[in-house]
Amino acid sequence: MRVTFTVNGREQVADDVWEGESLLFVLRERLGLLGAKNACEQGECGSCTVYLDGLPVCACLVAAGQAQGRRVRTVEGLAGADGLAPVQRAFAECGAVQCGFCTPGLLVQADDLITRVPEPSDAEIREALAGNLCRCTGYEKILDAVRRAAELKAARR
Amino acid sequence: MDFLRPESWEEALAARAERPDALPIQGGTDVMVELNFDLRRPAALLDLGAVRELAGWETLPDGTVRVGAGVSYARLITGLGDRLPGLAQAARTVGSPQIRNRGTVGGNLGAASPAGDAHPPLLAAGAVYEVESAARGVRLVPAAEFYAGVKRNALGPDELIRAFRQAPAAGPQYFSKIGPRNAMVIAVCSFALALFPAERRVGTGLGSAAPTPRRAYEAEEFLAAEADWDADLDDAVAGRFAELVSAAASPIDDVRGTAEYRRHALGVLARRTLTWAWNDHRKGAGACA
Repeated sequence: MRVTFTVNGREQVADDVWEGESLLFVLRERLGLLGAKNACEQGECGSCTVYLDGLPVCACLVAAGQAQGRRVRTVEGLAGADGLAPVQRAFAECGAVQCGFCTPGLLVQADDLITRVPEPSDAEIREALAGNLCRCTGYEKILDAVRRAAELKAARR
Repeated sequence: MDFLRPESWEEALAARAERPDALPIQGGTDVMVELNFDLRRPAALLDLGAVRELAGWETLPDGTVRVGAGVSYARLITGLGDRLPGLAQAARTVGSPQIRNRGTVGGNLGAASPAGDAHPPLLAAGAVYEVESAARGVRLVPAAEFYAGVKRNALGPDELIRAFRQAPAAGPQYFSKIGPRNAMVIAVCSFALALFPAERRVGTGLGSAAPTPRRAYEAEEFLAAEADWDADLDDAVAGRFAELVSAAASPIDDVRGTAEYRRHALGVLARRTLTWAWNDHRKGAGACA
């Protein structure tokens, strides 16, 4: 089947989509957007997190056909004309990236948090990131980065 | 495989009648796991995500809240937490934020897993499920009559889940769940409780404790008969209530826990939630979130 949807502000058409495949498969294998990562395929790890109509979701658990006519924003769509998004700058500054596999999902999820909650508490950060697994960092640097990202975003406002 | 995408309830019922071999999919948080792992290959997917009637809620003339099967846990928490506090508490324990943005009560009912987090609070509160087919119209199924076996429910092959109906909380409601961490946990076991102080009775719901979610009827009857609603909670009454909840379970040993542990934990959860609820009741807190 054909699936037409908007990805990072541009209309995209994916053809020959198998009806049982996931949005994640379409993004990675048909559109070549390799930011969202494929790991657990069961919503446990959060490494495939993307925005679907403005809400962060696990792309592996969205059927491709469910994206028809909808807006998807991936990690590739976080940076704007003025450079990296606050979350991206903060993750780099704080050393919140080691192997990098979980990073795209964490960036999207953290971006959503600081957009909704300009000054998140540590409890709110932990709650927001509860579905994103990182096996390298021990999370401390990631928490630092999210706090820093909130500051950077506030400075831009 | 076919992908059916109705945009109205009428179209959805027609598609369901025409294609009983189609697997309904709402948020996808259960169905997509089965597809990704090649555990299931339905002849068709019936995507209910675009059916606008399922996406909202309303208050019926008698005050009951009617919640569309497609309302996500995230929206339920923010929009209905004041009226359905027990269910909202359970919703907060579902998966992760990403899962709560997609998962729905309708999906939980369709999957009918004994571990589904929505079932215990719906049972405790006496919710009624609204199911419908094109040929036979609407059926209202009380929560306690809906669960037919492990991952089986009372839906006919041509029926879909339209909504659930529940009265706004008439008293304190609590949900508690055992798991190895505070997120991404399938319940080892879970328990929900709803007090109805004006009627001097309690509702209960057990999860991951039997082949289906179920109520602890003897515990409910015991408390209605023995509790002094104008006094603080009696230790002996709370203890006996916990024993009866524990006895209502028929758990199994599996990867998440042993039957013995589940029975024990259910007693602890029952006593704990009853104590919380009773304290609220005595403080006259009424519906509490």
